Amino acid sequence: MKAIKRYGLRLERKRFLVRGWRKSRAVEEIANRTDAIREGDILAFCTLRNEKIRLKYFLDYYRDRGVDHFLFVDNDSGDGTREYLTEQPDCSVWWTDASYKRARFGMDWINRLLRLYGHKHWCLTVDPDEFLVYPFSDTRPIPALTDWLDASSIKSFGAMLLDMYPKGSITEQPYRDGQNPFEIACWFDAGNYAINRNWDYGNLWIQGGPRARAFFPDNPARAPALNKIPLVRWQKHYAYASSTHMLLPRGLNLIYDEWGGEKASGVLLHAKFLDTFTTKAAEELERRQHYAASAEYRAYADVLRENPDFWTKWSEKYINWRQLEILGLMSKGNWA
Amino acid sequence: MSTLGFIMMCHTALDRAAEVARHWADRDSPVVIHLDKRVERAQFDWLKRELADLENVKFCKRRKCEWGTWSLVEASQTASEVMLQEFPGVRHVYLASGSCLPLRPVDELRAYLAARPMTDFIESVTIRDVDWTIDGLNTERFHLRFPFSWKRHRFLFDRYVEFQRRFGLKRKTPDGLQPHLGSQWWCLSRQTLSAILHDRRRREFDRYFQLVWIPDESYYQTLVRNYSRNIESRSLTLSKFDFQGKPHVFYDDHLHLLRRSDCFVARKIWPRADRLYRTFLNEENNSARRAEPTPGKIDRVFAKALERRTRGRPGLYMQSRFPNSDWENGKTAAPYSVFQGFNDLFRDFEPWLSRRLGAPVHGNLFDPKRVRFAGDADTFAGCLSAAPGLRDHNPERFLTNLIWNTRGERQVFMFGPQDNQRPSRFIASDSNAQISVITGAWAVRLFTANRNFKDIRTEAARLQRREVEFVNTLRHVRSRAEIRIWSLAEFIEEPMENLQRILDAMDGAQSNRLTEAPRMANLEGLPMFLQNLKNQGMNPFAVGDFPQEGVAPLPSGANSRPYLVK
Repeated sequence: MKAIKRYGLRLERKRFLVRGWRKSRAVEEIANRTDAIREGDILAFCTLRNEKIRLKYFLDYYRDRGVDHFLFVDNDSGDGTREYLTEQPDCSVWWTDASYKRARFGMDWINRLLRLYGHKHWCLTVDPDEFLVYPFSDTRPIPALTDWLDASSIKSFGAMLLDMYPKGSITEQPYRDGQNPFEIACWFDAGNYAINRNWDYGNLWIQGGPRARAFFPDNPARAPALNKIPLVRWQKHYAYASSTHMLLPRGLNLIYDEWGGEKASGVLLHAKFLDTFTTKAAEELERRQHYAASAEYRAYADVLRENPDFWTKWSEKYINWRQLEILGLMSKGNWA
Repeated sequence: MSTLGFIMMCHTALDRAAEVARHWADRDSPVVIHLDKRVERAQFDWLKRELADLENVKFCKRRKCEWGTWSLVEASQTASEVMLQEFPGVRHVYLASGSCLPLRPVDELRAYLAARPMTDFIESVTIRDVDWTIDGLNTERFHLRFPFSWKRHRFLFDRYVEFQRRFGLKRKTPDGLQPHLGSQWWCLSRQTLSAILHDRRRREFDRYFQLVWIPDESYYQTLVRNYSRNIESRSLTLSKFDFQGKPHVFYDDHLHLLRRSDCFVARKIWPRADRLYRTFLNEENNSARRAEPTPGKIDRVFAKALERRTRGRPGLYMQSRFPNSDWENGKTAAPYSVFQGFNDLFRDFEPWLSRRLGAPVHGNLFDPKRVRFAGDADTFAGCLSAAPGLRDHNPERFLTNLIWNTRGERQVFMFGPQDNQRPSRFIASDSNAQISVITGAWAVRLFTANRNFKDIRTEAARLQRREVEFVNTLRHVRSRAEIRIWSLAEFIEEPMENLQRILDAMDGAQSNRLTEAPRMANLEGLPMFLQNLKNQGMNPFAVGDFPQEGVAPLPSGANSRPYLVK
């Protein structure tokens, strides 16, 4: 890679850091409990809006797996999300009513928090509908994984987004507060993912799954990206470049092996397609705060009117991480 | 009588180390602890207080320890001296670390050693015979000098190694030493250990090993050869290393694996593996097993993990495995077959082949209008969609996905010059592909098409051009597929033998002879059609030397089935 290009990326990273500082001036501190963070703690970072109904399960899921502290940016929720989070002893909460889109879909706020509080911690950056599954996640907590990553000198851990959907129409089974969303949305596409390499940033570009199949059959290039790097041993100078799809410096994006082997990786189970999705899609379309003029949400709205069923006879029903490993969606690498 | 003493080398997770030390000391085995000097004083004091009630736990002089350097050997020497001096009853000294965990009661280990009083358990293999190391430094460990730390001064370390290599600098091994390597966790008898420590030439040997690379894997392993009367060249500690040379860690879910291994001590244990510590430290003589340690099963688990990391699963492309071209270890996951021209020449080729193979046969998967899955399905294995846009977004991945999703079932599909040609180079270079081509078979379909001759001529030229390109790709020096190419004229000379040969080469297909033949298209008038093309200036050479009507007999008559070979 040419020196000029490398220098360009360096400038870009600096720009993200400055941008994070600039954009987060519109962010107000509601409850800052970060004093409680100790050396070696696992931190979770999350931006959200009107997700109260999901929070109980979300928090419990990650607490069980060893996350020690949660840092939330609430983008002007009106459903009691902020109040609920403020009551939690292991959550720090920030609030803003600034534009989600102008903060690069919340990434500027998160980059700022990561820089302030994430330094030298393993940081998990997820949405409230994303649930990390990693090798041995049923028997080993996240600290076991991060200890192993540390010992192997690995700084970032990739986890592909796996869209989960129910059988039948998505409004058929309503989601209750505190419920495991994968009791309803327990199906997924096992093997229709297209991978391309992004030479500039060094990451892989993964597209496919039910969203590409149902919403973008004629325009697959616009289908949402599924590659994610949610778990990073953070350093002050790191920055997420585009959602959690890629990072700078580029070396952090090399979560795949190029010489035939497999590196360890996980999966983010994506509980997007619940009955809450139809109202969400309508609202987001109205707000126009999403990527590419909310093209994704426009496509959703068109299809959602017909109340789609993502399920096919080839859909796989989720069992556990071992199943995902056998199907080749994630890998143990050399962790045994 | 305390005949077995443990030396513990600690640097982290001191609470766990204290637990294990207490376990051993309570069971009448003296323990000498060496704590890395880099650990804070406060923690050392805590550890001392924690174990203050135990008389047979001693602490030795602390040294700064760094991986890969002499300091580790020095620390174990100091601890050994304390052990031999303070506990005269000890017959065997066991070197362990702070992250070791006893898997079997100490009494069993003691009995095991008592039955072998003069045996030294230390892995010691000569460097000439065995590739011990994972990175390049094998014999060079002993012949070069390593004054720089690998962890802190990597650059200097590498440069200095290069420098010595370039100028051929070599050290002389002291007389009487045969370099040996092995796991650093040993169990030596008092006689052997004291002989090593009280050797007259110890200063000379120590000076030599100070500049050897990773001396804790070679110091005792080499010297023991000079004194021991009976070496069992294996470690009693179960300790596995991965491809980067760092030890594998054991977690709660390894409980059964560890128990069945029958090893005495395992390393290294994750400090927060509560269940392992709880189980093994509280397990008393539940049965007198007296079994020999058999770490084989654990070896297999870790060997598999290593293979997964270094070679991966062939044909899998995913988020953490995306091999560069030619580094795939198999471009696709399983063998598959591609037929070009057969469904033009035979009217019912796909259903016939499907019956023959007893498996679904796809149509033209790369048809521009739609993915022709078997049975014309909208989705197929792994939820692959029949939408051509999704397929053409990345046709090679579409194919590798299909083969991966249907592992265990041979995939068969049709291909043709009218299809998307982009995957052709990939298929040709894939050793799993079996490609059979009848060139010029497109002429049969055009010949029966109800279209204007001018359009037909243009189309024929286009298809021929694409087909020639495909055949050139197949004949390229880089192609690794199993390839058969006939011209139409050649093929119909003995169609059944040719089909039989293809099927015979597919494993899994029935081996008996073909009894039912596919129906060939009516070729009457084809020579005339070809001549017309020629007359219009388009030479259909891909068809081959097709016999002219009236000159040679037609290879197969109207509506007839090909000749069957019994």
